[in-house]
Amino acid sequence: MQFHKYDVVIIGAGGAGMRAAIESGQRARTAVLTKLYPTRSHTGAAQGGMCAALANVEEDNWEWHTFDTIKGGDYLVDQDAAEIMAKEAIDAVLDLEKMGLPFNRTPEGKIDQRRFGGHTRNHGEAAVRRACYAADRTGHMILQTLYQNCVKHGIEFFNEFYVLDICMTETADGPVCTGAVAYELATGEIHVFHAKSVIFATGGFGKVFKTTSNAHTLTGDGMGIVFRKGLPLEDMEFYQFHPTGLAGLGILLTEGARGEGAILRNADGERFMERYAPTIKDLAPRDIVARSMALEVLEGRGAGPNKDYVLLDCTHLGAEVLETKLPDITEFARTYLAVDPVTEPVPVYPTAHYAMGGIPTNVHGEVLRDNDHVVPGLYAAGECACVSVHGANRLGTNSLLDINVFGRRAGIAAAEYALAHDHVDLPENPAAVVEAQVALVLSEHGHERVADIRIALQATMDANASVYRTEDTLKQALHDVQALKERYARITVQDKGKRFNTDLLEAVELGFLLELAEVLVVGALARKESRGGHAREDYPTRDDTNFMRHSMYYKQGEALSADIRLDYKPVTFTRYQPMERKY
Amino acid sequence: MTASTAEQTSSSGSKGSEPPVPEGAITVTVKIRRFNTEFDDEPRWDSFEIPALPSDRVLNLLHYVKWYLDGTLTFRRSCAHGICGSDAMRINGVNRLACKVLLKDLLSAGGKPTTITIEPIKGLPVHKDLLVDMEPFFEAFRAVQPYLINYSPEPTRERLQSAADRERFDDTTKCILCACCTTSCPVYWTDGSYFGPAAIVNAHRFIFDSRDEGAEERLDILSDKEGVWRCRTTFNCTDACPRGIQVTKAIQEVKRALLFKRV
Ligand SMILES: Cc1cc2nc3c(=O)[nH]c(=O)nc-3n(C[C@H](O)[C@H](O)[C@H](O)COP(=O)(O)OP(=O)(O)OC[C@H]3O[C@@H](n4cnc5c(N)ncnc54)[C@H](O)[C@@H]3O)c2cc1C
Ligand code: SF4
Ligand code: SF4
Ligand code: FES
Repeated sequence: MQFHKYDVVIIGAGGAGMRAAIESGQRARTAVLTKLYPTRSHTGAAQGGMCAALANVEEDNWEWHTFDTIKGGDYLVDQDAAEIMAKEAIDAVLDLEKMGLPFNRTPEGKIDQRRFGGHTRNHGEAAVRRACYAADRTGHMILQTLYQNCVKHGIEFFNEFYVLDICMTETADGPVCTGAVAYELATGEIHVFHAKSVIFATGGFGKVFKTTSNAHTLTGDGMGIVFRKGLPLEDMEFYQFHPTGLAGLGILLTEGARGEGAILRNADGERFMERYAPTIKDLAPRDIVARSMALEVLEGRGAGPNKDYVLLDCTHLGAEVLETKLPDITEFARTYLAVDPVTEPVPVYPTAHYAMGGIPTNVHGEVLRDNDHVVPGLYAAGECACVSVHGANRLGTNSLLDINVFGRRAGIAAAEYALAHDHVDLPENPAAVVEAQVALVLSEHGHERVADIRIALQATMDANASVYRTEDTLKQALHDVQALKERYARITVQDKGKRFNTDLLEAVELGFLLELAEVLVVGALARKESRGGHAREDYPTRDDTNFMRHSMYYKQGEALSADIRLDYKPVTFTRYQPMERKY
Repeated sequence: MTASTAEQTSSSGSKGSEPPVPEGAITVTVKIRRFNTEFDDEPRWDSFEIPALPSDRVLNLLHYVKWYLDGTLTFRRSCAHGICGSDAMRINGVNRLACKVLLKDLLSAGGKPTTITIEPIKGLPVHKDLLVDMEPFFEAFRAVQPYLINYSPEPTRERLQSAADRERFDDTTKCILCACCTTSCPVYWTDGSYFGPAAIVNAHRFIFDSRDEGAEERLDILSDKEGVWRCRTTFNCTDACPRGIQVTKAIQEVKRALLFKRV
């Protein structure tokens, strides 16, 4: 075992982690632990844009952006946080530009902007051009630019270090975070990082679903670790399904395509979004578009031999627009479906995309231990966190914004906390949990194969807990997940070695997925209403009387099968009263 | 909507057996270069017979081996659609991302049995099977000062850049640092101290950015004996790049900038 001592330890090197590192690294001694090489992080897959009311191409302001974010989130957004994000968006984009990000430009040389779902002029009048972009590679450019700046500032990375636990020390004032424990892929060695502050920036958990835009590595490790420590997770039933995944594959085609004018059509060629969202049509928020697509298919108007998808029609955009503004997705359709968007409409269907919920934090990125108290020294930012700026449904381009605004805030807060405090002693045997976990997976105690359990989990989640849910489907999912957890207790892996044992780590990651799938389903069962990304067929309307509140889940014990306790947290309102959501 | 049971939706109970073969699958042989430096003295070849669909990516075949046949097979991967740069490998003798090559493009003509050969990329030390040491590659990247250098006072708003100036370096901004180019370069194979094409691509990305003021420093670094002059313009790197970057052209442009001292 190896010990290290830092002021700040950041877990994850996607957009949120590296944005935090750039702030923290210039103020305090900082280490970034990441299971992937930084440039492999899934922020690099983001396509369409990052929004800010720059008003470079038409009138816009941060107040409209705030309103859109709150309405888009079906009023479950904490309004103070949304206001901060929309205000700081402008500097967040300008900061990236100054760091070197190659945005597309207007004829005057300013940052160009385009339309995106749910972003409107003057509280819903019409779509507004708010998304700053670099072709359909905005996330790639953000990830590269942030990594480049980490190189510039000499940020210290521990690449291919899998964090599997954090250290919590009990003090007179309650629990304090004192470090993180990592498994080094190259050697199988366990490393304890003693720190004054720890930031989680570990991204999402899309791999609980089969059809997803998420990477194989998005297994929710950070959320799982926090949850196992008895700390809460928030709003996990709100999972976003992006309307336009390549049918059958889940690979994303950005909403920016519709922002540039692409149209969704059913088998009859009808522009069906005109019926569901008469004002902004194809640019309605994602939850609405995804549900509309699912309904078209359910009601028999799907396209293709099995009538199980709809069509994204880009043919009228012309080769020029596709090749210059949407080159990557044009290539994805050609490579993976052998469909050329220039001449043919592309088969699409909703794909599991984004976790609105996560580790609850306040606007400084400090992690909450309950509704009223923070855990000193523990921070979270990015998709693994829930501030909550996305409420029940995130608007497109608001995540790349979130990771920059709250990544920066968490980096500053963690460094300032570290400068103002001494190291608190580590708990006894800080590595015990990880050692036991690794030893258990490597020991012989059954014949269950990791891949079988993961595939069964993803299948039941797709079938029973995706775009539409009912009491019955959710009970089925819960039953399945609990049975799979039981099978997980009997898994075996073939690779028993120390060097680069990805077999072992896939098994550990599956443990986190099972944990989070159950929380999602338990939350979805309890929320007997439909709101944003959570659509219950048996409770089709929003119920503000009973459910205008955040869900908070606590794990009651150490075992994988331990019960989950459900609690609630009030939503913060400032100036917007809930209204019916029409577009 | 009705609930689907676990029986309908899972392959539960298939302990030790392989999952059901999908309709339309064909059997292919995947021949993989294996080497676990922890236990093996030397590399060997392992062959696996796999049922697969023509639309499968080579990455799916590797997952099939890892998940059902041999859990010790080791490779990197993440995004599975050619965007993260994790899974560069030599597939049938050419550098490719495993997630971007489909089986249908590798099938033998006339329905003859297909064998796909997969090896680690060349020129970087192998750690385990298809997983190589990426440190030397990233070191070369970091050496060219791959970040915007600008000494002028910061404007309050964005720096202006014309669409044409932005276009000037567009091609080289696409790099995902996968190393397909560098590890297909004959010069890099024989002399690991050559920066390699990927590092030069990333230098190009800044040298030709109108906002950047560090061209001179970077050109100094690149005119070093390990720098651009090593390149013999064989175009292997351009052929290998999964992002379609005109790598050799970028290197030529850097050479020209050095010769004429202007960008
Ligand atoms: C295909 C796609 C397109 C998208 N397009 C857009 C868009 O156009 N606009 C927009 O706003 N949003 C978009 N999003 C959403 C947005 O990209 C993500 O939500 C965001 O990038 C997440 O960033 P992150 O930094 O939180 O996490 P990530 O970038 O996923 O990074 C997670 C990091 O955590 C590390 N990590 C994870 N677990 C561990 C562990 N156990 N130990 C150590 N390290 C660990 C990983 O190595 C990685 O570095 C898109 C998402 C997808 C999938
Ligand atoms: S063109 Fe130059 S860099 Fe590219 S492979 Fe040939 S020698 Fe190497
Ligand atoms: S230039 Fe192309 S091949 Fe080389 S590292 Fe970049 S993306 Fe990969
Ligand atoms: S897995 Fe990301 S490029 Fe292939």
